[in-house]
Amino acid sequence: MNILVCVKRVPATGGRIVLTPDGSDIDVRFLGFTVSPHEECAVEEAVRIVEAHGGSSSVLTLGPVAAEEQLRDAMAIGIDRAVLLETDGHDWDPVATAEAIVEAIRAQEAAGDPFDLILFGNESADSGGFQVGIRVAFALHRPCVTGVKALRIGDAGTRTATARREAPGGGWESFEVTLPAVISVKEGINLPRYPSVPGRLRAKKKDIERSTPAERPGGLEKIVLRLPQREATVAEVLGQGADAAPAVVDLLARIGVLGR
Amino acid sequence: MSGPILALISLAGGVPDRGSLEALSVARGLAVAGDAALEAVLVADAPAARAAVGSLAGSGVTTAIAIEHETLTTDHPDGWAAAIAQLVERRAPDAVVGVGTERGNDLMARVGARLSWPMAANCLTVEPGERWRLTRQRWAGSMIEECWLDAPVRLLTVAPNTVAIPAPDGSAVPAVEPVSVTLVDADLAVHVTSREASERGGISLGDAKVVVGGGRGVGSGEGFSDLEELAGLLGGAVGGSRVVTSAGWRPHADQIGQTGLRIAPDIYIACGISGAIQHIVGCKAAKHILAINTDAEAPIMGVADYAVIGDLHTVVPAISAEIRRRAAVRA
Repeated sequence: MNILVCVKRVPATGGRIVLTPDGSDIDVRFLGFTVSPHEECAVEEAVRIVEAHGGSSSVLTLGPVAAEEQLRDAMAIGIDRAVLLETDGHDWDPVATAEAIVEAIRAQEAAGDPFDLILFGNESADSGGFQVGIRVAFALHRPCVTGVKALRIGDAGTRTATARREAPGGGWESFEVTLPAVISVKEGINLPRYPSVPGRLRAKKKDIERSTPAERPGGLEKIVLRLPQREATVAEVLGQGADAAPAVVDLLARIGVLGR
Repeated sequence: MSGPILALISLAGGVPDRGSLEALSVARGLAVAGDAALEAVLVADAPAARAAVGSLAGSGVTTAIAIEHETLTTDHPDGWAAAIAQLVERRAPDAVVGVGTERGNDLMARVGARLSWPMAANCLTVEPGERWRLTRQRWAGSMIEECWLDAPVRLLTVAPNTVAIPAPDGSAVPAVEPVSVTLVDADLAVHVTSREASERGGISLGDAKVVVGGGRGVGSGEGFSDLEELAGLLGGAVGGSRVVTSAGWRPHADQIGQTGLRIAPDIYIACGISGAIQHIVGCKAAKHILAINTDAEAPIMGVADYAVIGDLHTVVPAISAEIRRRAAVRA
């Protein structure tokens, strides 16, 4: 199995998000960086599949030079090689991002083995476009399943995989797809491991393949960011400890959720 | 007169689901602003589409398009994308509006990929004009982006639980227009091949009117029994924060938040949850939030309508006992 995982460097926002004064971006002066939990799981899944079935794994990102950090994080838990599509750091729209990734995949496959599987996170943590994986799959004429929370590679020789996701309204639905395929995964598909110290040291020394793609206008253009206006609610305190129970049950009765 | 506005309507139990009605509400605003026809595309097999049309009376829809294809079911995401892309080419709409659920975003992204046009997911407001100006959710709704969407046909989805559904007006039941589409094998290759019921019975977290959520303060998987009891008494469901699912106290399917489920119950009872942004975005659409927490300064108090200050393992059993006591008095 030859597997590619695509990730995106995003700020680790934690408790409170602060914007730059002009609202053009998040103020990242005091923030660390990471990838989305879905993408952490995609990286882990690639490593596990190669551990189980043999082969090789690669990680790719489109972003600033600093996104090397996220590529090395992935290599630290066992991804074999990394590709950086270097930008000046401003956010590319999903169409432009997908086009650059498609070109890079074509170049990678022309130079080496084709990818049996390309993994994405279901959506990026920051812009939440829900589409780059789908666009890449369509351009490459490969089947794509999104929201995947379990992935099973078919027996050797079958060239299939079964992808399972939550069905709307509960339960599960599965798709059997032929490889090569594109899968967008969600957190919950696995529990990502922590990198080991030797893993980190190895990752630090590895080469990163670089190229500088040209950006094509995609049609979705950010003007400004703002934080949602939330009515500063002051919670009405119903009481302290167990003594509050009657007041809580009165509330439940008042809003009509009691005694159904 | 501009091209029509197409609204994608998916059905649940034979009638449009809530998210689709929100999308329809936004689509209708665009149709009125542009003096354009409002057409519904029923994402369902043709007989189900015909049966559901009555429920679109009063929604301003002039035509309900039922896509006829013997093999196409809602289990074929690429098949639907191909069908909608063909409709777009035939009807030259100004915009196609869908719902920003997992499935809705997946479908609209596939349509965008086919047409090579941009797609804006989880929009809140849409202002048509020389250039269309949108607001959309980022970071699962903890941030809002204002953006331009430049495309011959604007493909967008509406963030769920953000739009009021207008009362029905006097408009008639729309006419059904059956439309046939041509699909190739590749369009039908990706489809659901098997289904399994949920491992656990009971009401699903996404549909529950009452959700009891637990966080780090619950302390262990076993600690959830108090929450299960309360949820059971209220006919509700139990969920948890990311801490809880990452620790393995609850399955990941129970996670409420940015990387889990977004819920919109009548009341969300948050027990021992401090209220990280990642969790808040998943529960803020609840009509009421009651926080039970030892810390009166926890961030969850900033979004809660009601609070009880105390240890959830004391408070929650006391609430359950009080519900039982009143039920016994009534009986």
